[in-house]
Amino acid sequence: MVGGLFIIITSQNYLKKVVGLAIFQTAVFVFFVSLAKVLDGTAPILTKMENAYSNPLPHVLILTAIVVGVATSALGLALVLQIYRNYETIEEKEIQSLELKTDK
Amino acid sequence: MFNIFLDDAAALVVVLPLLISAIIAFIPSKIWPWIISLVTLVLHLVLSLHLLKEISISGLIIYEFGNWEPPWGISFKIDGVNIGLQLLFSIFVLISTFYSRKIFLSEIDSRDSGKAYSLWLLAIGSLNGIILTNDIFNLFVFLEISALASISLIALGAGQNRKALLAAFNYLIIGAIGATFYVIGVGFAYAMTGTLNMNDLIIQLAQYSDGQLAIFAGMSFMLIGLMVKAAIFPVHIWLPPAYSYAPSAVSTLLAALATKTILYFFVRLLYEVFIIYPSYLSLFLDFVLYPLSLLAIFIGTLIAIYQDDIKKLLAFSSIAQIGYITLAFSLKDHSGITSGFIHIFNHALIKGGLFMAVGYFAILQKDRVTLTSLKGFGYKYPITSFALLICGLSLIGLPLTNGFISKLYLFQALYTNQLYFSIALVALSSALAVAYFWKIVEQMWFSEIKFKSEKEDSYIYLPIWIITISIIVFGIYSSPIIEFSNLSADYLISGYQN
Repeated sequence: MVGGLFIIITSQNYLKKVVGLAIFQTAVFVFFVSLAKVLDGTAPILTKMENAYSNPLPHVLILTAIVVGVATSALGLALVLQIYRNYETIEEKEIQSLELKTDK
Repeated sequence: MFNIFLDDAAALVVVLPLLISAIIAFIPSKIWPWIISLVTLVLHLVLSLHLLKEISISGLIIYEFGNWEPPWGISFKIDGVNIGLQLLFSIFVLISTFYSRKIFLSEIDSRDSGKAYSLWLLAIGSLNGIILTNDIFNLFVFLEISALASISLIALGAGQNRKALLAAFNYLIIGAIGATFYVIGVGFAYAMTGTLNMNDLIIQLAQYSDGQLAIFAGMSFMLIGLMVKAAIFPVHIWLPPAYSYAPSAVSTLLAALATKTILYFFVRLLYEVFIIYPSYLSLFLDFVLYPLSLLAIFIGTLIAIYQDDIKKLLAFSSIAQIGYITLAFSLKDHSGITSGFIHIFNHALIKGGLFMAVGYFAILQKDRVTLTSLKGFGYKYPITSFALLICGLSLIGLPLTNGFISKLYLFQALYTNQLYFSIALVALSSALAVAYFWKIVEQMWFSEIKFKSEKEDSYIYLPIWIITISIIVFGIYSSPIIEFSNLSADYLISGYQN
């Protein structure tokens, strides 16, 4: 999780930022799934035997969150592509210097 | 037939725009997407009015999706707190959709019209979901849908200025971090209580009455995540570029409603759920939200004075105005919450009107509106300029406008809490607001060049003047807004005392 945040903050490359965001989000998903684990629990399937089973609800929540995460990454990548088409670079510093030039 | 429709009004106000949005994305025509959106939003308003009627009878609607009882199913809750906001939302989206057509025609490729209105309805439906939902995870989903839809809408501004892409990208990254923080908080809350339903959460949290570190950590994560989304001062950096480079119609929608709905949920979380831990709540409000609001008011106004680009100026003034709202909410009493809600209503109208007027100027001169380019506009386009003047005066808080009512109630609330220092600061920043607004007025009316008045588009000034007239009407006859805000505060405070 911290690794993902670190990438987002430090990297100058927009593509890397999107990847960092994905890592950050995945870490949170794993945190949720780890909450659901019940010791000696099995998959929550209805059987004749009475088993301890893991809590399925966080899994379902994370299924939703994964979809949201995919949409976020997809939109992020699409924006990076558009930025590249418009600026011909995806390095933050180069874009900033380009913008400074056009402002003058 | 129509009754079946009305029975599910609570769900339909959210589902209808989402559903239609999926359909109109595939309509290649230039005008039909707009007409369909407009019809959808008229229906939306009818449903909201029906909800208002129901609320005035019963006082509370809990809509369970698929008849799954809470806490298992997802539910929507409509009560005195959010019905006023729902009504404002419904009316405002209708007006801004009416306004958006000319702007979209000139600012984005007309072949994209269907897609643009699809995103537009997606944003509207999900923002409405934020107002109604009673489930903390469901809120996250709506937060993200609305964020993704508005990011795409902001990126549509790239046809005008490629900086819109950078603004949208920054919003995406910062917004996603905020939302993920919120989810971490939800995870902690779920781990401790095993529930996501807000009403159930209150009951479950009460068993940890002495407080647990995990809960405090979760609460802090949730609040920080929402602060990023609501653009509360130190984490507001995504907002000014996003609002200023978006197509003007999108700026109107986002500035007036997007942050407001999130602020509403923020308050609801604070005063309905986290109130169980009064010591934590007062710690957060007194030492985090209160000083940050004062900083936001002051710094937002100061930066706004030095802006040359009008849309950026308005965006920074939005930061300050959000500061006023959070300042009011940090006061922990009835008068504070009331004045916060009053300012949510009034600021939505004021900023909506201002962005509409500036957006119209932008398409008239086919360039970004800066201070110098406004020279003589007061004579060139007198009707819209006059509307801009009234909205601006209301932003400063002159009597006879609704901005004055906001300021009056805020001062009263601060006075009853004996916060004289913040009264002085709010008064000072109102005076500074005169400074940045005067710069605009000076350019528009007092420049050397005199223009003959040109013909204006009555289609555009209709929505602008609806907003402007309502600003004056609510400035003189302000009881509807005050009553709705009082009602919201009553509901929230009654939870506070239990």
